[in-house]
Amino acid sequence: MSALVAVLVLPLAGALAAVALPDRAARPAALMAVAGALAAALALVAVVAAGDVPRLRVGGWTPPVGIVLAGDGLAAAMVLMVALVIGTVAWVARSAMAAERVGARASFGFWPLTLLLWSALNVVFVSRDLFNLYVGIELLGLAAVGLVAIEGRPAALAAAMRYMVFALVGSLLYLAGVALVYAAHGALDMDLLAARTPAGTDALALALMTVGLMAKTALFPFHVWLPPAHAGAPAPASAMLSALVPKASFLIALRLWTEVMPDTASQAALTLIGALGTLAVVWGSLCALVQTRAKLIVAYSTVAEIGYLFVVFPLLPIAAGAWNGVVFLALSHGLAKAAMFLAVGQWMRAAGGDRLDDLRGMARAMPMTSFAFGLAAVTLAGLPPSGGFTGKYLVMTAAFTSGQWGWALVVLLGGLLTAAYLYRVIAALFAERAERVERAEPAGCAAAAQGRGAALAPFVLAGCAIALGLASAGLLDLVAVGRPAPIAGDTP
Amino acid sequence: MTGLSLYALTGAGLTGLGLYGLIATRHLLRRVVAFNLLGSGVFLFLGAAAARGEGADPVPHALIITGIVVALSASALAVGLVVAQARLTGRATLPEEDTHGDDV
Repeated sequence: MSALVAVLVLPLAGALAAVALPDRAARPAALMAVAGALAAALALVAVVAAGDVPRLRVGGWTPPVGIVLAGDGLAAAMVLMVALVIGTVAWVARSAMAAERVGARASFGFWPLTLLLWSALNVVFVSRDLFNLYVGIELLGLAAVGLVAIEGRPAALAAAMRYMVFALVGSLLYLAGVALVYAAHGALDMDLLAARTPAGTDALALALMTVGLMAKTALFPFHVWLPPAHAGAPAPASAMLSALVPKASFLIALRLWTEVMPDTASQAALTLIGALGTLAVVWGSLCALVQTRAKLIVAYSTVAEIGYLFVVFPLLPIAAGAWNGVVFLALSHGLAKAAMFLAVGQWMRAAGGDRLDDLRGMARAMPMTSFAFGLAAVTLAGLPPSGGFTGKYLVMTAAFTSGQWGWALVVLLGGLLTAAYLYRVIAALFAERAERVERAEPAGCAAAAQGRGAALAPFVLAGCAIALGLASAGLLDLVAVGRPAPIAGDTP
Repeated sequence: MTGLSLYALTGAGLTGLGLYGLIATRHLLRRVVAFNLLGSGVFLFLGAAAARGEGADPVPHALIITGIVVALSASALAVGLVVAQARLTGRATLPEEDTHGDDV
């Protein structure tokens, strides 16, 4: 079984096993599937890093009838990032999602939903067929809604329902665009469509698909569902929802605009997308500045970070480095955001809440977790030597070399705002816990009770986000494998 | 070709109705129905697209069947959520936007 098939099949098989097997065997089976899928992801990256792009025609059918799966460098990098995040989350969830802590129902549901989410993410990363991508994001949406609602509290159910309305409308808009594409070209394969003769409906199809994907990615003004949904779930679920799920629909949008229909991408449309991204950066950051709960600060930060990913769109056709930059931003945000949610989850368990007042003195009580949060904050604010810095540096260089310095200002302003709202959390961590000295003891106990391995988890992810910046040359080589040639002005 | 246009136009009409229902109605069950209406509109349009060239193209049929399965699963999950929420809160509507942030 090739690594390309294994990254899709192993999580799916694990999800089925976790549902079908009796209680005692379900969790070991799920953990085995996690380990297997992690190994498969590493194997896929090894194959792609050697310069090979594994391709699979499902069932032996060739396009336009059949579906092609391909693991290019971008897909491999995303698969690896997802594997790192879910592997670490699973490590934490062994105790954090235990039945005696979150109830039998949530504990049972977590593993199949997580593995289903993983499989759906990988499907989206490697699919080359627009309709197969629709099925992938729909599967992803259903698993994500399940994770939001997993605790069954009224607020979580409402958040899940609101999320579902946006996700369903988004995927049907995307599907309407796919129907238009098929009606015009009789093909849904990305490589066939890239070589199509342009039709009059292409612009409408691209617009429908993009708006649908924006709703699913939670780009401003479709972001209202995101903060309650991501902040309402248990921490391991929040980590996956916030770090990974938006990346799937973003990746489809990126492929549509750079690989499938770059000829239809008008500069005006790209500028509009960039403007929405700018609004998301500003609005998400301002909302994060006024929140009093750490989880909501981190969730609104995701709204702003999604904005960055779309701010880069106007630069994609005119500056070669912009594509690398946005890929770096997506990868480093995934790792850092997962680390942050896991860190907040550990503080919540120790302090009993995630209000900034509850977190006072945590830097002393849980130094490892606080250090991990700080490292993740360095990445999100875009300070060297993190992956976030490399991403922002590439984007800003692209903006300046193409004379579009306005977008570089957005990135700079966003970095300042990020530092401001994350400073509020870090200031709380270092504040003296004046009137509540007696709670320092339970905090220490809780840290000990969850085991050293789980306490290290946010640090591992935040460290990976930093390493992304240090090892940026290797990653640039990886994502360059099978990358579409820069279109329009490939000279910078 | 008029028959085809009829299919496509009906599809467009259903899509518009469904989209309106999803945005305008508050009751969540109505929204689930509107989602299905929207989906049916898109599938109908896709079915009309199968008549390109001479003879029927089988690919859209396969796509529609897959799409129906996906829409069915999504509807089932959505109805499940509506029922769970109605049992817990006695309401089948979304709470107002300003309620997030005050749950602990």
